[in-house]
Amino acid sequence: MKTILELRKELDESKITSDELFKEANLKAHKYQDEFNSFVTILDEKKEEKSDSLLSGIPYALKDNFSTKGILSTASSNILKDYVPVYDATIYKKLKSAGALLVGKTVLDELAMGGTGTTGHTGIVRNPWNKNHEIGGSSAGSACAVALGIVPFSIGSDTGDSIRKPAAFGGVVGFKPTYGRISRYGLFAFASSLDHVGCFTRCVKDAAIVTDVLKGKDERDMTSLPDEDIKYIDVIDNDIKGKKLFYIKEITDPELYKEAGNETLEILNKFKETIKRCKKIGFDVEEVSFDEKLLKAIYPSYMTISCAEATSNNSNLTGIPFGPRGEGNNINEIMFDARTKGFSELIKRRFILGSYILQRENQERLFKNAQRLRRIIVDKMNELFKYYDAMILPASGGVAPTFDSEIDRMSDRYLILENHMAIGNFGGFPSITIPNGFVDGMPIGINITGRVFEDGLTLNIANKIEEELGYKGLIKEEYDV
Amino acid sequence: MYKVVIGLEVHCEVKTNSKNFSSARNTYSEYPNENIDTVDIGLPGILPVANKDAFRKSLKMALALNCKTPDIVMFDRKNYYYPDLPKGYQITQETKQVGVNGYVMINVNGEDKKVEINNIHLEEDTASLDHFGNYSLIDYNRAGVPLLETVTEPCLHSADEAITFLEALKGIFLYTGVSEARTDRGQMRCDVNVSLMEENATELGTKVEMKNINSFNNVRLAIEYEIKRQTEILKSGGKVMQETRRFDDEDLKTYPMRSKVDAVDYKYYIEPNIPPIKIENSLIDEIRSEIPMLQYERIQKYMNEYGLSRYDSDIIVRDKKVSDYFEETIKLKVNPKSSANFITTMILGYLNKYEKTIDELYLTPQMLCELIHMVDEGKISSKQSKQVFFKCIEENKEPKIVVKELGMTQITDDKTIRDIVIKLLDERPDLIEDHRKGKNTFDYFVGQVMKQTRGQANPSITANIIREEMEKR
Repeated sequence: MKTILELRKELDESKITSDELFKEANLKAHKYQDEFNSFVTILDEKKEEKSDSLLSGIPYALKDNFSTKGILSTASSNILKDYVPVYDATIYKKLKSAGALLVGKTVLDELAMGGTGTTGHTGIVRNPWNKNHEIGGSSAGSACAVALGIVPFSIGSDTGDSIRKPAAFGGVVGFKPTYGRISRYGLFAFASSLDHVGCFTRCVKDAAIVTDVLKGKDERDMTSLPDEDIKYIDVIDNDIKGKKLFYIKEITDPELYKEAGNETLEILNKFKETIKRCKKIGFDVEEVSFDEKLLKAIYPSYMTISCAEATSNNSNLTGIPFGPRGEGNNINEIMFDARTKGFSELIKRRFILGSYILQRENQERLFKNAQRLRRIIVDKMNELFKYYDAMILPASGGVAPTFDSEIDRMSDRYLILENHMAIGNFGGFPSITIPNGFVDGMPIGINITGRVFEDGLTLNIANKIEEELGYKGLIKEEYDV
Repeated sequence: MYKVVIGLEVHCEVKTNSKNFSSARNTYSEYPNENIDTVDIGLPGILPVANKDAFRKSLKMALALNCKTPDIVMFDRKNYYYPDLPKGYQITQETKQVGVNGYVMINVNGEDKKVEINNIHLEEDTASLDHFGNYSLIDYNRAGVPLLETVTEPCLHSADEAITFLEALKGIFLYTGVSEARTDRGQMRCDVNVSLMEENATELGTKVEMKNINSFNNVRLAIEYEIKRQTEILKSGGKVMQETRRFDDEDLKTYPMRSKVDAVDYKYYIEPNIPPIKIENSLIDEIRSEIPMLQYERIQKYMNEYGLSRYDSDIIVRDKKVSDYFEETIKLKVNPKSSANFITTMILGYLNKYEKTIDELYLTPQMLCELIHMVDEGKISSKQSKQVFFKCIEENKEPKIVVKELGMTQITDDKTIRDIVIKLLDERPDLIEDHRKGKNTFDYFVGQVMKQTRGQANPSITANIIREEMEKR
């Protein structure tokens, strides 16, 4: 399966045209739509701006929670099912002027809340490696579109692990850079302090190329970081000898998973093999101990903070200034009706939790304590990053779950192993998931999380590991056409 | 009798080019939904960008109110659902306000009073709603306009004190240029808390809040009505309910809106999209240096240093431009009382009559000084000076030119007058004789001098010379 750089070469050598690339992507998008449901909207007309960017003429897919002027943007929610924005998200503008070709808007878990890819208003997204499995979420369609080979890259958003988890389940690369590196203007907010924009690609180099286009200060996003002088693609091949990695004992020690199934043990085995290979190519890798109580607090803290922020962020969805107008005898009834009909039960549950968490009498005990835990965890990470350059961990404790296995995943045993990637959102750390082979025919991933602001180094480390492992441009044989 | 306790929360729109968190224009418009941006209607994906000018002006106001300013400023979200609030939350300041623990000096009917300010904070205005029979319309022009809320301690004890404070606050907004503070455009609005307590009680009584009163006069009426209503309840042995009431400006009464049990929990939390803003001392110093001397201090100065009455001082400081004009004349060494007198009577009379402002006036402070000096030196009479004033501003001419054109200059030269007097006395020795016998012929000679000089001889100089020359004979 071709990467952006390979396609770039073919375009530059006129072996292929952007028209042909777009047409091919469009055909595949339609062809796989019924089976896998990657898209909410597939665009049949190519719009291309002239550019000398590496992304010029390259097709891509965009998660449907980015604002695209004149193009339906639903966030996979009924309350926005007919919403056509009047303005462009900053990243969409950047991709347009880089000459990238938008192929479609992808399905997500409703309003980006959830990690299964099953809660979008247009139906579930399936895993290209096995249709009985989820692709994960919330950036389900974006992961699926790259895993199916429809597009060489796609854009997602990541609040807990919404890019990095589905990337692992789909056998592709998923990267979210440092908080503020990419503007959030035009990304429908879920939890503003945790929301990141990022990308799916078929190799680490492509993630660097895409991020080079997306990054930069945006006057419309006060949290966006100042421009840097470097391009990540220029530092991606740097020598990594002597770079220090760590992994957490309390997450990866097989002794902790005695009652777990073979799948988890196999994943941990593969992880340990990868650690050996990291050492072989010159990394110093050490095991560190991390207070288990803090690790256990990641998921509840994440849920507490994200639900609270989500409640507030989605308060604009009342059907008053836009969206389907509710019915009722007074303004409260009208808003109540619009929100009752517009959101699924899962979303309402999160909003009620969030509202409860923010109530004056609960804030100190729930919201502020969760924020304190977040701070303690980030401080501990920064402490470790004083010595180590990056953390390396399995992206998940299992392969992509089947559609009926939801309950198993919520058991305590998996809590830490399944949810540690939210650390990257807590601290705004650059974090990337790359494929780490297969278990039972399903792809698995490893996650590399780096020091804040050091996106280049994080990509550099991931690239070197990817080179060693050789899992690049993975695609199931039948889709490699 | 009960002691009245009043606290005010005053909202005032800040004068800026763009809105508080968007680039839409911040300007008064007759046309609905003209000044809006994606941010103002809360479209999905929008982010706030804090307006530097609004922020700076808020700090200026905080300093003008003698508030302590924090080392960092943050914004918070106040969450509630209402159609005038498109995002479903208002960005305001709860954790780190732009100013806390300040005060304003006011003078209520001759007595000085310190009004304590709990805090002043920057937030955004809501949209405005127009209600019709069975539908309502929303105008988002106002949504996102920077709004400064000034919160007093419950330290006011009468409608007079409340109104005097509001006028003083309005004066500070105008003097600092932070707001135009026009109540007729809804730029200044007020929530009023009123409670009554026994004269010797130590605890405050139950407070009633009246929301969004849009004129100072209505604030007065609402307070007076509420004092009457609560007094009657207490006198008859009842209890005042803690509640929010609405003042009806047609029947001038207050009506219940919601009680304490229905109070909204706004679920405040820190706005995650605006990073904390660090306030450098140098910025504070810079802003402080831009604050002009304010009304209260100017009145003190005019009374103590220039000997003006409080009444005249009040009138002069009402408009900063008038006050600055007055101070310009003082710099030119004119008698402050003469200047004040001219400004309060002639100039303000003229400006009010023709609805003009002082910067539209042709007569500059320099020209006014010239005019006053001519009166003080006896070159023209004060009656003549009025005539000159009108001709100056009507024909855009300087006073000395007008005086010349009207041939108004007085004869003050000793020799000129003396020559005329000697000639007159020579002609009528009989009247000098009569004068010696005690008959009043003095006025005759004065009259004759005036007649011969067409009234231009300075009367007091003339009188002195006649007296001297008569003595000699």
